[in-house]
Amino acid sequence: MDIMQLIDAALSQALGPQAIVFALAAIGLNIHFGYTGLLNFGQAGFMAVGGFGLAVSVTTWGLPFWLGIIIALVAAVVLAIILGVPTLRLRADYLAIATIATAEILRLIFGSVEAKDTFGGSNGLTGFSATYKNLNPYGGGIDLGIVSFSRNDLWSITVGWTLVAISCVVVWALMRSPWGRVLRSIREDEDAVRSLGKNVFAYKMQALILGGVFGGIAGIYHVLKQASAVPTDFNSTFTYYAYAALLIGGAARVLGPVVGSILFWFLIAGLGSFFSQATEGTDPLIPDFIMTDTQASLVRFIVLGLGLMLLMIFRPQGIFGDRREIAIDGR
Amino acid sequence: MLLAPSAALAQATPSPTTPPAAGTPAENPLVDGQNITVTLLDVKGGKGDPEPVPGVTLTVFKDKSGGEQIGTQVTDAKGRVSIPIPSNGVYVVSLDEDTLPSGVTLSGDAENEKTITARISGNNFAQFQIGAAVAQQVAFSEKLTDSIVSGLKFGLIIALAALGLSLIFGTTGLTNFAHGELITLGGIATYVFNRGFGMPVILAGVCAVIVGAVFGFGQDKILWGPLRRRGTGLIAMMIVSIGFALLLRSVFQYTFGGSTKTLSQYVAQPRDDYGPISLSPKEIAIFVIAIVAIVIACIAMMRTRLGKSMRAVSDNPDLSASSGLRVDNVITSVWVLGTALTALAGVLLAINQQVNFQMGFKLLLLVFAAATLGGLGTIWGALAGSVIIGLLVEVAPVISIGGYQPVPASIKDVGALVVLILILLVRPQGILGRAQRIG
Amino acid sequence: MAADVSAARAALAGVPNEPGAPKPDPIVKGDNIVRTFGGLKAVDVEHIEIQRGVITALIGPNGAGKTTLFNLLTGFDEPDEGDWAFNGKKLSNVPAYKVARLGMVRTFQLTKVLSKLTVIENMRLGATGQRGEKFWSAAFKSLWSAQEDANTVRADDLLERFKLDAKREDFAGSLSGGQRKLLEMARALMVDPELIMLDEPMAGVNPALKQSLLEHVKSLRDEGRSVLFVEHDMDMVRDISDWVIVMAQGQIVAEGTPQAVMADQRVIDAYLGAHHDTDISEIDVSELEAEAEAELDAEAAEETHP
Repeated sequence: MDIMQLIDAALSQALGPQAIVFALAAIGLNIHFGYTGLLNFGQAGFMAVGGFGLAVSVTTWGLPFWLGIIIALVAAVVLAIILGVPTLRLRADYLAIATIATAEILRLIFGSVEAKDTFGGSNGLTGFSATYKNLNPYGGGIDLGIVSFSRNDLWSITVGWTLVAISCVVVWALMRSPWGRVLRSIREDEDAVRSLGKNVFAYKMQALILGGVFGGIAGIYHVLKQASAVPTDFNSTFTYYAYAALLIGGAARVLGPVVGSILFWFLIAGLGSFFSQATEGTDPLIPDFIMTDTQASLVRFIVLGLGLMLLMIFRPQGIFGDRREIAIDGR
Repeated sequence: MLLAPSAALAQATPSPTTPPAAGTPAENPLVDGQNITVTLLDVKGGKGDPEPVPGVTLTVFKDKSGGEQIGTQVTDAKGRVSIPIPSNGVYVVSLDEDTLPSGVTLSGDAENEKTITARISGNNFAQFQIGAAVAQQVAFSEKLTDSIVSGLKFGLIIALAALGLSLIFGTTGLTNFAHGELITLGGIATYVFNRGFGMPVILAGVCAVIVGAVFGFGQDKILWGPLRRRGTGLIAMMIVSIGFALLLRSVFQYTFGGSTKTLSQYVAQPRDDYGPISLSPKEIAIFVIAIVAIVIACIAMMRTRLGKSMRAVSDNPDLSASSGLRVDNVITSVWVLGTALTALAGVLLAINQQVNFQMGFKLLLLVFAAATLGGLGTIWGALAGSVIIGLLVEVAPVISIGGYQPVPASIKDVGALVVLILILLVRPQGILGRAQRIG
Repeated sequence: MAADVSAARAALAGVPNEPGAPKPDPIVKGDNIVRTFGGLKAVDVEHIEIQRGVITALIGPNGAGKTTLFNLLTGFDEPDEGDWAFNGKKLSNVPAYKVARLGMVRTFQLTKVLSKLTVIENMRLGATGQRGEKFWSAAFKSLWSAQEDANTVRADDLLERFKLDAKREDFAGSLSGGQRKLLEMARALMVDPELIMLDEPMAGVNPALKQSLLEHVKSLRDEGRSVLFVEHDMDMVRDISDWVIVMAQGQIVAEGTPQAVMADQRVIDAYLGAHHDTDISEIDVSELEAEAEAELDAEAAEETHP
């Protein structure tokens, strides 16, 4: 067992672009679910409109890069409004189903053969990230001994963690304000808030839009870091993982989604590397009849599923959360 | 692969596609850099392998035919040309029909020009239809009857799963995201009993349903029952079910593998004609088994004491408990019945097509749609909703309005999903459900 | 606000003791308010007027429709038909939050304090017109901190008045039932309402706290607000209300001063049933049976010939 290789694999995912995507998406989910109690299970849909918003603008329509970014963000806002107007009054579990269905519809349409001319079909789109790549100031990658990053990844990490830091500051500033106080009150009892003269629907919509924009940013970042927009990336399983990351770190806490994403990827990559090493070669640590190398890559997801169950049962507030605060007891 | 965001896990940056090896003479090499590549193949009406068509002149124009000429080439022994282009944009590829070998003609609408939008920095491909046989136009009425039959069959299979979901939701309030995995369990168990233990498919199916029922019993006793008694909220239980679904799906993939496998019997059966409808023997069996199971389940719910207890608990658990009903036992019975029906859906699905570790997961939203459409918590509603969803999924792609297909076949689930959303917005209690404050 | 309590009470002197009686200075006027639930008319009020500046009690047996009427007037429920106005402004289809902003604030029978917020945060939530609650200014503390401080001063004053100041930093979930009632009342006052509507304020409050609650309700009127409350506790009704409206089976059956209403036959009938003063031993059983059978026959006839 090569521990250094394991740590390298774990750290490069935990601190790398992949965790950043999750952190941004989970920050959005934190606003929806953590602070306002909205059970939005369609975050992958917001990412899809963000990512494809940029890709379609630049590659299909030939618009400039920065205009593409703006269009992508506006698309996320529009999706939130279209989704929110009819669904925000629904009960929590119905809202969950409605949002998953919306995200799936978007994924199917973006990947369809019929819309291939615009969205690139199942292969998706490339060729929109040149401006982003050209801004890269680094001469080469970096090797810190325990972990190393390529030149492209180093740039993505710089941009990404900066984005995450700015997002956390924004969330912190908003949530300590009276606006944030209203959201947290809505999470607990909407009627009480109405009886005090506040327009509950408007606040929920604002929360949905803000969280959706973070989802859109996550989508933009995701397609930029890998220089391609592929529809199957934006599936419901992604949203489930983002929720897991949020819950691990602690919902309704500013750093919860960030720490949760880092830990999530550390564990997933670490377990992946561990079991991959344990089953490789001719005389593996774990004999073939118990676990082959293809099966090895699945163990971490078994652990993840089990872990999510145990987390919700025994410590739903995650690491940083306050058990009294989270919105899991309501219907 | 729905388990993980695809390329992202494996690598941080993608590698560009590698061009095929060059080497044989009389060949147009693939241009390094942005280009348009066309390979002409004669399909020969589907008889035998497609043959390349060499010696044909193709010309690339910018923006429109007869516009600025970018390049021209003659197809090589493999029927290929590769012409460099300066940038992204709109190009027209023109085929000089006079240079086609004798006996080889353009098929379809005999288009000798193709307009493509070049977007990729490497190879941009275009194709011409050559030698394709004229497709037999299937009469619309035949397509319609076929799709209605398929829709009803699919709807009945879904109905079994939707009934299970509706029963469980009705009595416990749980939105069970692991319900798809119960379907998969039925399918995989059938496979294991059939291929692994050598049982005939029918016996394997029966055993699979029993396994499903036992699994449901176990779930309630070990997981959901204790959580309920602890007072765990419904949202928390929903997220637990999501984790459970992830766990089960991964375990299925671990043990069963990632590939699709078939049972040992009834795999490919031709359809017999019964007047306007054509059905294979296994499809008839599926219809019969599904209908019988649903009818028995519904009658049991309506007539037997257990069924009435279930409906009482579903309506008002506190009142039922205070009038002497052992609510916990009733709920366990609901889990057993619900999972047995859902496992049966998996068995029928396995017989109808094949077995795969995601077969249930892919149907989850459709099952939700069916149960919600009919009314979560109702019995006949689940059946009605499922038939409608089944018909929607199969029949909608056949419909074309003025030559335009509103629901293309490749994404036929979209129609059902749109209906799901509309129902939740307009009438969340479904067709047969009671109107409750859903907000 | 100028508090001319005696003048307001005097104005009631001339009002007849009839259901739906017009008031000299009504703050709320309503007509033909109907709400049915599954075939049952929960509320069927022909006319209702609530006098400004006094304490009005809304009483009646269980199921009379009091809380439903409350919900309708404050926008938490939608009527089948009916109009009503607050200070002349039509409120018929106005959503609950707008009703509150106009100055008509309600409390809830099962208190709705936000248990996951502290007492002082609950109070701050009640303040209206907060710039910090607007999305675009929320992130910049300098834009709203002065207003927040001013609101906090007001909140602390109210907490002191309601004797909750010691609990300022505690989570509202840790308060007792009676303390929560006080908090909800204090929070409602942060909205600075003209008409404050209390839904069973005495329910679940221990007797020792009741007197203090009563004094608080009186003080609301004394500072010039109008109060409407729903109650079962007759002592409270007699003690502090200036006017009483009695509902039964969805309709208003009587109105008047507490003394007049307590003696009103219609009210006694509503609470105790129409035959309450019949001596049971004097009842003729066979007569009752004949009456019952006749009713059943009439019902059966209705079903076959609707």
